[in-house]
Amino acid sequence: MTVQDYNFAYLDEQTKRMIRRALLKALAVPGYQVPFASREMPMPYGWGTGGVQVTAACLTPDDRLKVIDQGADDTTNAVSIRRFFQRTAGVETTQSTTGATVIQTRHRIPEAPLSEGQILVYQVPIPEPLRFLEPRETETRRMHELEEYGLMHVKLYEDIARHGEIATAYAYPVKVEDRYVMDPSPIPKFDNPKLADNPAIQLFGAGREARIYALPPYSRVVSLDFEDHPFTPSRAEHACALCGATDSYLDEVITDDRGSRMFSCSDTDFCASRQAGRPDGEGGA
Amino acid sequence: MYVAVKGGERAIDAAHAWLAEERRGDPSVPELTVAQIREQMTLAVNRVMAEGSLHDPDLAALAIKQARGDLIEAVFLIRAYRTTLPRFGSSQPVDTARMAVDRRVSATFKDLPGGQVLGPTFDYTHRLLDFALAAEGAVPPAAPTAPAADEAVPHVAGLLDRDGLIEAEAPDDTPAPDLTRSPLELPASRALRLQALARGDEGFLLSLAYSTQRGYGRTHAFVGELRIGMVEVQAELPELGFAVPIGEIELTECESVNQFKGSRTEPPQFTRGYGLVMGQGERKALSMSLVDRALRWRELGEDFTGAPAQDEEFVLSHCDNIQATGFLEHIKLPHYVDFQAELELVRRLRAETMQEAAE
Repeated sequence: MTVQDYNFAYLDEQTKRMIRRALLKALAVPGYQVPFASREMPMPYGWGTGGVQVTAACLTPDDRLKVIDQGADDTTNAVSIRRFFQRTAGVETTQSTTGATVIQTRHRIPEAPLSEGQILVYQVPIPEPLRFLEPRETETRRMHELEEYGLMHVKLYEDIARHGEIATAYAYPVKVEDRYVMDPSPIPKFDNPKLADNPAIQLFGAGREARIYALPPYSRVVSLDFEDHPFTPSRAEHACALCGATDSYLDEVITDDRGSRMFSCSDTDFCASRQAGRPDGEGGA
Repeated sequence: MYVAVKGGERAIDAAHAWLAEERRGDPSVPELTVAQIREQMTLAVNRVMAEGSLHDPDLAALAIKQARGDLIEAVFLIRAYRTTLPRFGSSQPVDTARMAVDRRVSATFKDLPGGQVLGPTFDYTHRLLDFALAAEGAVPPAAPTAPAADEAVPHVAGLLDRDGLIEAEAPDDTPAPDLTRSPLELPASRALRLQALARGDEGFLLSLAYSTQRGYGRTHAFVGELRIGMVEVQAELPELGFAVPIGEIELTECESVNQFKGSRTEPPQFTRGYGLVMGQGERKALSMSLVDRALRWRELGEDFTGAPAQDEEFVLSHCDNIQATGFLEHIKLPHYVDFQAELELVRRLRAETMQEAAE
């Protein structure tokens, strides 16, 4: 497959226009899930087809693309998606968070702060935050229309009654601009505060479910909680074994069969920058 | 010290090389040609074309070869290719009453206009392994032939319709929606439902149809008729302003006739279920017609009994095997980050429970 065989960034221009219209609508109504005519992509559903379509619709030849999965640039699927755009769009790629203009991510928000002009594209498996409370799309759409989120609050309350805390560790629901309850994709709740007031454009693509939603820059995003049980982001109580960071999200790695463990930053670019003594997010090539 | 796994790039390249080697198998055994697959694995090719929603036997055969015979993987290759093709327009509706039938059977009438044509069917074969096939090179003796009957082959449902015994099919000139060009919206029209079922997974539809036979959304189906054969495809060319034939495709069509005692809104009569599949796909066409009928409960004023086959949202959201296999298999991708968050949560909750138990 070469650039000549396919249009720039794989999708044809009509499809990109269709996606861009959905993106504009999503930005105009923050947190609202816009149905779009999701295409079949040459990677499987569940591998980030939504994110890939959004990225394809956003890329220009001058962009510098970063792709991460689990915070890391070198996980296999991140490698695969980065290669896909190298082959079909020929854009420059980077591992540097600050150096990238478009970042496609699965399950993490980079540790280094983003800035205006950057686009963060999330891969989303189940866009509907109410799905596990109500399996029917026809019902959940009505619940959003009527701003009927009682079911979600009851679920959170039941968690507290049973476990003493809200037992959701990732894909923790948020409310956007005091209107729509939104699924932030399966990021750990540690990352939730970075959704709010972010200078970058945040776009969410769910390919199989054919939904796009968005957070415009500096959106108000609040993690759902109760006054007497405020939201708390959580991380492993350790320092990174490689760079010593105490404020980053950590992966736990089992190092032998006797229970030994080490913890290291899940954001590989952040960790590499710190190890190299450079400013955060400028570690990668 | 252990350092988290690196080298995704090299691992991917090596995996692809190994896969190619495995696909070829023992190099001392001659390689399969695409033409061999197309000619001798016809039903697999047909299934890949039907569920891939693309009529191209050569590409379907190539996909089967590339997918090492994994038909869902082959369907996926075809779907991904299909997305990139430009759309020139839509064909006219095909006229299956004018099908050149290879096979046409009715289970509701012993004989009927157009006759019963058994065609190349497995139905009455004894499923005994034919060890003679293991010896290669033998060409089977030619099947006996007879001149094609000139007789028209009208649809059985049409014959019932003349007597008012089956629900009337209201003509509908609404342009057919395209599931691959606009997102599925629910509730869906029957046309859209049928479109989704036509490219849905054969196994899924088979099980759903079977469940209706066993009482989960009972449809009391008879096979009004099942026909397989070539139909002409016509398209209107804008330059000409009229429709011209652009080719022929093979289709399998099934019309089920279903018992119906009447409802608050409808008198007692037979009702219809419809199945249409590209190529020879008899099992799927039958399944589709039963599921179609089960899904029509609302329109016919029947009760929703909660059976899966009656549930439009359930059926349409889960019948696509490419969506299903993708989402199912994606759980083997890394989930370290989410799992880590869960680990922290479970450890914390356990610690609290243990402490409470100790107090």
